[in-house]
Amino acid sequence: MKILVCISNVPDTTSKINFTDGDTKFDTNGVQFVINPNDEFGLTRAMWFKEKQGATVHIATVGGPTVEPTMRKALAIGADEAFRINAEPTDGFSVAQQLAGVVKNGGYDLVIGGRESIDYNGGMVPGILASLTNMNFINSCISLEIDGNNVTAVREIDGGKEKLSSSLPLVVGGQKGLVEESDLRIPNMRGIMMARKKSLSVIEPVDSLKATEDKKFDKPAPKGQVKLADSVDQLVDLLHNEAKVI
Amino acid sequence: MSVLVYTESEQGKFKKNAFEVASYASAVAKMMGTTVTAIAFNTTEGDSLGEYGVSKVLNVKDSSLETFNAGGFAASIAAAVKSTDAKVVILSSSTDTKYLAPLLSAKLSAGYAPNVVQAPDSTSPFMVKRTAFSNKGFAHTQIDTDIKIVGVSINAFGAHENKTEVSVEEISGAADAATNDTKSVEIDKVVGKATIADADIVVSAGRGMKGPENWGMIEELADILGAATACSKPVSDLGWRPHGEHVGQTGKPVASNLYIAIGISGAIQHLAGVSASKTKVVINNDPEAPFFKAADYGIVGDAFEVVPQLIEKLKDFKAQNG
Ligand SMILES: Cc1cc2nc3c(=O)[nH]c(=O)nc-3n(C[C@H](O)[C@H](O)[C@H](O)COP(=O)(O)OP(=O)(O)OC[C@H]3O[C@@H](n4cnc5c(N)ncnc54)[C@H](O)[C@@H]3O)c2cc1C
Ligand SMILES: Nc1ncnc2c1ncn2[C@@H]1O[C@H](COP(=O)(O)O)[C@@H](O)[C@H]1O
Repeated sequence: MKILVCISNVPDTTSKINFTDGDTKFDTNGVQFVINPNDEFGLTRAMWFKEKQGATVHIATVGGPTVEPTMRKALAIGADEAFRINAEPTDGFSVAQQLAGVVKNGGYDLVIGGRESIDYNGGMVPGILASLTNMNFINSCISLEIDGNNVTAVREIDGGKEKLSSSLPLVVGGQKGLVEESDLRIPNMRGIMMARKKSLSVIEPVDSLKATEDKKFDKPAPKGQVKLADSVDQLVDLLHNEAKVI
Repeated sequence: MSVLVYTESEQGKFKKNAFEVASYASAVAKMMGTTVTAIAFNTTEGDSLGEYGVSKVLNVKDSSLETFNAGGFAASIAAAVKSTDAKVVILSSSTDTKYLAPLLSAKLSAGYAPNVVQAPDSTSPFMVKRTAFSNKGFAHTQIDTDIKIVGVSINAFGAHENKTEVSVEEISGAADAATNDTKSVEIDKVVGKATIADADIVVSAGRGMKGPENWGMIEELADILGAATACSKPVSDLGWRPHGEHVGQTGKPVASNLYIAIGISGAIQHLAGVSASKTKVVINNDPEAPFFKAADYGIVGDAFEVVPQLIEKLKDFKAQNG
């Protein structure tokens, strides 16, 4: 089985979010970049397929040279080979089109991405990619088993979960649940050394449709002071008469 | 040309978000000087959309689409977009809709903006405000394609009555060749209980509850309020509560009217997931807990004393106010 994991390079979850250039750009100053958490769950599941079922695992990222440290980290976790498509990832549709080229050339059986990137929250790349490459698609996937060509998966639904059957080739939008938090791996020294020698090829982008453009950003208005209640009587009164929520 | 809205239903009945997205579609149609067509699957109450500004309902009658199927639903919606010559497609932010939206986007070569929080800034160019950076910011996103897809955030716009003459037409569904092999085997879902996705009130608890055996009072409080229960990430990682209850940046987003956080410190990743909730109440015994800075109301106190008192008080309150 040949697996491609799509890795998005995102600000660490603790990052403070600021904008520059007249609020038209995300301010990367002092921000630490990491593997998108949803992709990390997917990558970890891919490692399981590698170790238990002999799968080959490649990764791909659409981005400039600055994404390479994050890609090396994925290689250190155990991916075999990496592809960087040299284009700024400005919109989900074009990112999916860039990845579609890699998927078609690589003949992958399984493509794992994340339910969403935690930065621009598009939630669209894996689904568009599946459509463009004529592959099956399962989103918000929280369990994935593969036996030959047959897929058994579970996806999250509002208020519960749904078990699905499908077949390869398949694209998955993964999230926590795909593996447990405790299964996530921190790269060790040996992994980091080996990652340096693994192949990371740079591919030039193809022409793509730029469907959306983030023109301007702003931040939520600062929160007013919290009102502390001295008793539950006062709290219920505030929620009923002032906030009018009960 | 019209605006097309996909209104979700379950066993024939519309979900609450159907009226919200219909209202949103009707606001967009007004800005563009056109009308709203809705597409629904096997609904028995198509007429009710007329209350929210929809003038035509396309009801897909298809036994193969009785239960949700992302590929089939996306293909059917795409066909309706073409037959109505719609330029704007309005969707909700439910898990099902977020599953089909990217498939629809690819089929129509249409730009998709999810998590939109208000009526478009403008329709020419088409610009919407949506949450980004996991609710830590907003993006004003311009959609440049001929057809535009807008996913409306839960509870962001609300349902607005706007009575309109409505007609319902039955149509047949379409199949999706690419994703055809993906089939539902089994659905495991809580029934008759509010879910995090659509509850008006969410009662959430964290590691301050000490252990799973103490969740009885959390559930009782939620019951009285008709609320959904939720939790912080470590609580689900420890197996005290199911993963589906974990809210935050790596869990579910919550956009309820009232969010009650009990024994949750208010880490940045947790706050990111709940900041879209309108009123936030914090119960924590540490006055320095960061959550107080993000809350509207709070009580500094021991959850094991405050929560039982709150349950008693709310019982009295319900008895008086019905
Ligand atoms: C990559 C990443 C992603 C993450 N994503 C998420 C996410 O999506 N969602 C999420 O929730 N977290 C997330 N986290 C974890 C987050 O950083 C915090 O660790 C977590 O939210 C803390 O959970 P908590 O508030 O329940 O526990 P704690 O931080 O341990 O807080 C417990 C609180 O309970 C209070 N308390 C204790 N006893 C009592 C009592 N008797 N009465 C009242 N109050 C009491 C304490 O004062 C304290 O404030 C993420 C972390 C990382 C690194
Ligand atoms: N620039 C990128 N390069 C590679 N994969 C990406 C990129 N952006 C998004 N993805 C993948 O698509 C998923 C969903 O991202 P998004 O649609 O941007 O929310 C991510 O979790 C990744 O798996």
